[in-house]
Amino acid sequence: MGKKLLLKNDHITGIQGYDVYRREGGYASVEKALKTMTPEAVVEEVKKSGLRGRGGAGFPTGMKWSFLAKPPGVARYLVCNADESEPGTFKDRYLMERIPHLLIEGMITSSFALGANTSYIYIRGEYYYVARILEKAIDEAYANGWLGQNILGSGYSLDLYVQVGAGAYICGEETALLESLEGKRGNPRIKPPFPAVAGLYGCPTVVNNVETIAAVVPIVNDGGDEYAKVGIGKSTGTKLISASGHINKPGVYEIEMGITVEDFIYSDEYCGGIRNGKKLKAVVAGGSSVPILPAHLILKTSAGEKRLMSYESLADGGFATGTMLGSGGFIVMDEDTSIVKNLWNFTRFYHHESCGQCSPCREGTGWMEKILHRILEGHGSMSDVDLLWDIQGKIEGKTICPLGDAAAWPVAAAIRHFRSEFEDYIKNPKNIRDVKHYYRLNNLVEA
Amino acid sequence: MALTKEIRFNDETMALVQRMMKRYPEGKHKSALIPILHIAQAEFDGWLSPEVMDYVASVMKIQPIEVYEVASFYSMFNLKPVGKCLIEVCRTSSCWLLGAEDVIRHLEKKLNIKVGETSADGMFTLKTVECLGSCGTAPMMQVGADYYENLNLEKVDQLVSRFKAEGKRKSYTDQPEPRSL
Ligand SMILES: Cc1cc2nc3c(=O)[nH]c(=O)nc-3n(C[C@H](O)[C@H](O)[C@H](O)COP(=O)(O)O)c2cc1C
Ligand code: SF4
Ligand code: FES
Repeated sequence: MGKKLLLKNDHITGIQGYDVYRREGGYASVEKALKTMTPEAVVEEVKKSGLRGRGGAGFPTGMKWSFLAKPPGVARYLVCNADESEPGTFKDRYLMERIPHLLIEGMITSSFALGANTSYIYIRGEYYYVARILEKAIDEAYANGWLGQNILGSGYSLDLYVQVGAGAYICGEETALLESLEGKRGNPRIKPPFPAVAGLYGCPTVVNNVETIAAVVPIVNDGGDEYAKVGIGKSTGTKLISASGHINKPGVYEIEMGITVEDFIYSDEYCGGIRNGKKLKAVVAGGSSVPILPAHLILKTSAGEKRLMSYESLADGGFATGTMLGSGGFIVMDEDTSIVKNLWNFTRFYHHESCGQCSPCREGTGWMEKILHRILEGHGSMSDVDLLWDIQGKIEGKTICPLGDAAAWPVAAAIRHFRSEFEDYIKNPKNIRDVKHYYRLNNLVEA
Repeated sequence: MALTKEIRFNDETMALVQRMMKRYPEGKHKSALIPILHIAQAEFDGWLSPEVMDYVASVMKIQPIEVYEVASFYSMFNLKPVGKCLIEVCRTSSCWLLGAEDVIRHLEKKLNIKVGETSADGMFTLKTVECLGSCGTAPMMQVGADYYENLNLEKVDQLVSRFKAEGKRKSYTDQPEPRSL
């Protein structure tokens, strides 16, 4: 069994509540930080740990924290990104629902490190019931002296609030999130200025994912060096992977970075193999935005080495033959999956979620959706594949926020690795109706 | 659909709303808009009529347009009347791979409505939504605060019967049903 740092206690009855959480060693990081460390020392441990942002981009957290501007007399904010709307990702919900106090503890320790006296957890509106779980945990933390004025007599004060969103994928993008938190439409801001300089209410702000903030707890407890011993290379620590799709055991797994992809998919400790005895066709390894890889490339790199569950190994080969760890939303597709139909669904998603500020994203996503729909309906032409390729290339890198890239990459990757499948749909439109709809529940007759 | 209530928060809700506006620094209480709209939607028949939005603007002392532009941006705010049970079926990646389309078609037939429509008795509205962060238990749907996961058609039938029998309006702000974790 791999080492667990975040979910080591998730099976304990009552861990949702304060008493059990505390009995199991909870809030030790707050005690340690506030009583024995300076904020700078906490930042230093996070730097040493090598922790990288778990929200998708993988930016080193310690570095991000050290960029935070500290003009005198200006409030600073820590905002936790609990928007979790990247398709295929459900680890943050699991963590917040199971061990809400771990996030609260991480928020207190991290806010102390950053010198924030008010912090917010921005959670997607659909998770309203999870927001209640967090609010209950926050009440318990106040009641036990972990939040409020002069915590543990240290002179440090913190108020923590949960803020619900209302349904918009784009509000996971950090500047859109801040707009939303200010009570506005979730339109991403043009950067710079970066949130570290001008974020929430124009004040210096750090936005971090739920899992990132939770990881600060073991880092402070055990020290950054200890944390960095877990994992492989620059992928230190553990990662929560949300595994879903055609596998025997979908769910949230905490893995030590560096296990092989093959092990993750086939071993009984994790996904338990492909269901119904089918063969693996493709994997989207890090949430819907990252490039899809066919079975042979997800299991091994183009150089023939075993691919590992780490930032570097998954990215090995660039976009030509690699992908990204992203948010850890691991979507597995079996041999019966139609890549074209799946891509249409992703593209439809991005079109639906584009905020509409930039024309390449607003128009391009809709255009790609239409072309894919046309192909699926049997009205495609060969030039459509090139057209798709062309359009995605004109979105990537040309928009205000990375949603444009997120919409372009899946299209590029699907064409790159499964071009013949698109051509099949176009050449043999008569066969389309006969395509076995893999996604049907097994007992269902064609409607 | 006529509102069944006067557009006015009761004292308890008003106190909650006032507390919410104090979560933010001086002068930044507009931040409370989205949370307050959730409460307003739950309180006034599950949707935000222009009158309700105007009322929220007056309570928050902001311009009505500031409320409209926000309400129209977010998919959880209904700008048209909805049935007592808004059934939201996830149609994204993993749910799609594992049968979301069948669930949607089945519900369309069963409720005799298309996606986006409300049943004649005002009981059900069917909506498709994007990934709700429950992909490991796909296919799934949300009704009110609750997630219904690992769906199959039989389960969907049972749920629909149950909702019908209960006849209650469901909101995101309800206390969720007990879940086994
Ligand atoms: C379209 C889009 C959606 C995003 N959604 C999320 C999300 O749901 N959760 C998240 O933590 N980060 C999301 N991000 C990344 C955030 O912008 C940001 O990088 C992240 O919250 C930083 O936290 P981290 O450094 O701890 O990863 C998204 C980015 C984009 C462009
Ligand atoms: S890239 Fe798309 S989502 Fe991002 S700001 Fe532009 S239009 Fe909005
Ligand atoms: S794909 Fe349906 S919940 Fe994620």
